[in-house]
Amino acid sequence: MPTTVAREEVQRLVRDASAQLVEVLPRPEYEDEHIAGAKNMPLKQLDRESARALDPGEPVIVYCHDLQ
Amino acid sequence: MSARAAWRLESLGFGQVYRYAAGKADWFAAGLPSEGNAAGVPRAAGAARRQVPTCRLADRVSAVAARVRGADWKMCIVTNDEGIVLGRLRARVLMANADASAEEVMEAGPTTIRPHERLESVVPRLRSRHVDSILVTDSDGRLIGVLYFEEAERILGEQGLGRGEEEAACACND
Repeated sequence: MPTTVAREEVQRLVRDASAQLVEVLPRPEYEDEHIAGAKNMPLKQLDRESARALDPGEPVIVYCHDLQ
Repeated sequence: MSARAAWRLESLGFGQVYRYAAGKADWFAAGLPSEGNAAGVPRAAGAARRQVPTCRLADRVSAVAARVRGADWKMCIVTNDEGIVLGRLRARVLMANADASAEEVMEAGPTTIRPHERLESVVPRLRSRHVDSILVTDSDGRLIGVLYFEEAERILGEQGLGRGEEEAACACND
């Protein structure tokens, strides 16, 4: 089950556990502004093929704009 | 949206999936690093004045007014013990209702904005409504500070996004 985390935990996971940040909003919103170091993987295009850009052996943190 | 993405990744075999539910709005509001075409734009969080005088519902206005004067402010925000905004006392109310409680004379439910909001979108809204200041709170309604129109407009000007450019930007978004 995915675990919900707050900002401090996100920072810790990225710093200490090489977590991969993934923004799941559409490309234009990602290009406008995103968290430094995050990849873009829009929800509508998230499938087995696109997920190959991620390392399944490392934690993945997904986010969008806010509590959507 | 991020919840569905997290579950989808799990279904694809990812074993360590986390969801940052507060999202990039929370990240930007905290002033943490960002990238992209609009990275580094001034936001309400960075421009808001902190250390705002606060009081509780039962406080006497005379005592509140003395504290506000001493802190060189012209308003006081009524909050509960958790810092949640319940109301606002403006200068004219503070001067005219010495014997009342804050609850009796406060402006209830003042308008607020979120800390991640960009000044280039906030300033035109404040200008069109002739608002000289607005409260900045988190999504739970917890007070962060007060954003003054003049200060926000000055910051935009320093960033090269003065009135002309800002209005042009607004027109483009219509």
